[in-house]
Amino acid sequence: MQLVVFVVATLMVVGGAVGVVVNRHPVHAALSLVLTLFGVAVHFVAQEAHFLAAVQVIVYAGAIVVLFLFVIMLLGVDRSEDLRIDPLPVQRPLAAVMGVGLVGLLIAAIVSTRDIPARALGGGLDVAGVPSVDAPPEVFRPIDVVVDHDANIRQLGVDLFGNQVFAFELTSVLLIVAVAGTVILTRKDRRGSPLSTDGDEP
Amino acid sequence: MIAAVTPTPTWYLVLAAVVFGIGAVGVLVRRNPLVIFMCIELMLNAVNLSFVALSRRLGDIGGQTAVFFVLVVAAAEVVVGLGIIVSILRRHPGANADDLAELRG
Repeated sequence: MQLVVFVVATLMVVGGAVGVVVNRHPVHAALSLVLTLFGVAVHFVAQEAHFLAAVQVIVYAGAIVVLFLFVIMLLGVDRSEDLRIDPLPVQRPLAAVMGVGLVGLLIAAIVSTRDIPARALGGGLDVAGVPSVDAPPEVFRPIDVVVDHDANIRQLGVDLFGNQVFAFELTSVLLIVAVAGTVILTRKDRRGSPLSTDGDEP
Repeated sequence: MIAAVTPTPTWYLVLAAVVFGIGAVGVLVRRNPLVIFMCIELMLNAVNLSFVALSRRLGDIGGQTAVFFVLVVAAAEVVVGLGIIVSILRRHPGANADDLAELRG
């Protein structure tokens, strides 16, 4: 059953990823991105990261892709890009070579470190509501032994607001800076800043 | 027989590597800045997947916390990047990646 879930979600992820790259229409690329994001969310659920799966759907599929579609519609760039035009003659072969080499190196690194025994760094993932330090990390517990459905969220919250609380506060600063920067970037300035449209906009 | 084979974290890491490679190739070959941003999102998702797989393997919740921060940074990055793209495409409708060279100070 887990194998079936893995295969189906992997097909969703890889199919959506290829669709993002090869689709000529930006709207179609955005919809392929939604397929990939849902597949990643399924993978998160399969690895018992329940909270992150929910956040993945809400933030990525719900907010970021909608933002993409909104910008596509706002700018009226919803027209096809002719992929057969290759502006630089060597660009695509070089990109293909680079991609294959990158994936080959990554997979070689992953496979070569596969048999190194994993050290238990933390206190164990408390997915089932009971400490799982003694369980070997490679063993996937079946889903139906989960007795406490909030354990993942509770453990994530303890780590986030305990060990990582300073980084959490910094993200609030980052979000404020991003919002202020976007407002300044996209407003229409009457006095003619370099980024504004200098009045040639209706 | 089929149910006996369960995915190990190595499978997830290989899948993440493949998706990262697809995203990297997309960044290199596409010319529409919006699609380039989508390919960057693909790469971020591949990294998130490997974070969760390694969190599972090492028994440490810190990987999932890192995914949380990646989500926040990705949201902020998309907001600022799309703001820049809106500003540029208002002046030059139909601009592609080469026209973004005017960002050079």
